[in-house]
Amino acid sequence: MHGMTENIMAVLLVVNLALMASSRLAGCIGLVALQGIAIGLLPLFAPGGFSARGFLLAAFVAVLKGIVFPRLLHNAIRGASVRREVEPFVGYGFSLIIGVALTILSFWLGTGLLPSSHGNERIVLAGAIATVFTGLFLIVSRRKALTQVLGYLVMENGIAAFGLAVVSEIPLLIELGILLDAFVAIFVMAIIIYHISREFDHIDADQLSTLKG
Amino acid sequence: MSIEKICGYLLALVAAPLLLGVINRTKAFFAGRRGQPLFQAYHDIFKLLRKGAVYSTTVTAVFRAGPPASLAAVLLALLFVPFGPVPAVFSFQGDFLLVAYLLGVMRFCTVNAAMDTGSSFEGMGASREVQFAALAEPALLLGMAVIVRTTGNLSLSGALQSFASCLTTGSAPVTILLLAAWMIVFLAENSRIPFDDPNTHLELTMIHEVMVLDHGGPDFALIQWGAALKMWVLGALVVNLLVPSVAGGEIAGAGIFLGGMLALAAAAGTVESTMARFRLLRVPQLLVAAGSFSILALILVLR
Repeated sequence: MHGMTENIMAVLLVVNLALMASSRLAGCIGLVALQGIAIGLLPLFAPGGFSARGFLLAAFVAVLKGIVFPRLLHNAIRGASVRREVEPFVGYGFSLIIGVALTILSFWLGTGLLPSSHGNERIVLAGAIATVFTGLFLIVSRRKALTQVLGYLVMENGIAAFGLAVVSEIPLLIELGILLDAFVAIFVMAIIIYHISREFDHIDADQLSTLKG
Repeated sequence: MSIEKICGYLLALVAAPLLLGVINRTKAFFAGRRGQPLFQAYHDIFKLLRKGAVYSTTVTAVFRAGPPASLAAVLLALLFVPFGPVPAVFSFQGDFLLVAYLLGVMRFCTVNAAMDTGSSFEGMGASREVQFAALAEPALLLGMAVIVRTTGNLSLSGALQSFASCLTTGSAPVTILLLAAWMIVFLAENSRIPFDDPNTHLELTMIHEVMVLDHGGPDFALIQWGAALKMWVLGALVVNLLVPSVAGGEIAGAGIFLGGMLALAAAAGTVESTMARFRLLRVPQLLVAAGSFSILALILVLR
């Protein structure tokens, strides 16, 4: 059972790298959805074993992150009719290298956080931290509002992965509350993206900083 | 030096062009054609060997030496590659570096011969080949480092053969990452789609074919055989990762390995039929991705 958690974390790490390198927005949304479903599988393989609580949580996370969020975002890009992230602040090849560096950094941090942990927990911690880093990096290095929303979602994925894989004692209500928060946030962001694109004919968040009050 | 090792080496020499045939038949199958015969590559090589060579007046001995030298390099490299459970003819501690650099020598000879013609067209191809190879090499060598670290064995034969048995249950990600990285290297180094299309002579995107345009006759036969052998060497690395040493003895294991090579060729053909070639600007990015897969695998085994 523990092997499965490791495999899921490896999937997260690979998806992080793929997100760093892909420019197509629809592809990015698909990758984030894959990451969400992978995270949804985590409670099923929790250290405590299979439980009704784990199953409920898995179903909620997978449906919300794997189906509902991607559909909201797909609707948003259809409304804004953008397909690609062009000219990010950091190029794709360089982003990929930074992604690898962040992964190495998170392995190092993971060791520092739990010095006595054995191999399995290290990759779990590192996978979660690297996902948070990837989300942050996407937010600061991309121009399009949609990619920044994706970055937020990836960061949330990382935090959820941390909670689901490492701390299994969080009450179900709190987990569901966090999910609801994330849902409302994505919902509002999708609406805002639609409004930005209708008002300005683009969703380039960088240009918004030149607006005068 | 035992008879099985020699047999494995000779079988690899003979069977290498068959990979091209399998790839072409797979592509024909996807296109709904019958396709060329399975042994077309052999016919091509024998046909070319019977012809005479034509040399431009501007070329020097470098150009003439290119094809035999690059073939010699890859023949040497093949000596260190195991044939499934049958160990390589030679092996010593650290020979994986030699294999990687023998492939580098092969590339150097091809590139030099291309530059010697003085054609800007071939120089362009040479530049691309070297650029992509420089990016593919870290992925290959870091992947080797993963295997060496896992098995604690520095020779290619020993490390590849004990890799499958050294893996624990939790290390599936390592194998998958390594396979992904080496598969990309395999396709890139052998100039297959998505990196280069061996069938077109479109100057905007050609890499390997453009470098060998001025070779003809026996020289071209040597180049084609050498390319097939290079494909065998890199393919054998990938397949050896997957094929564990089975209990059925060396003959059965060698059979499984041969089947694995043909399956790899079929997989390459499937990739070529279902994917479009990347824009040239995207190629380095994919190679960097292969390198980062290798680094990730290395991180996973280093803990």
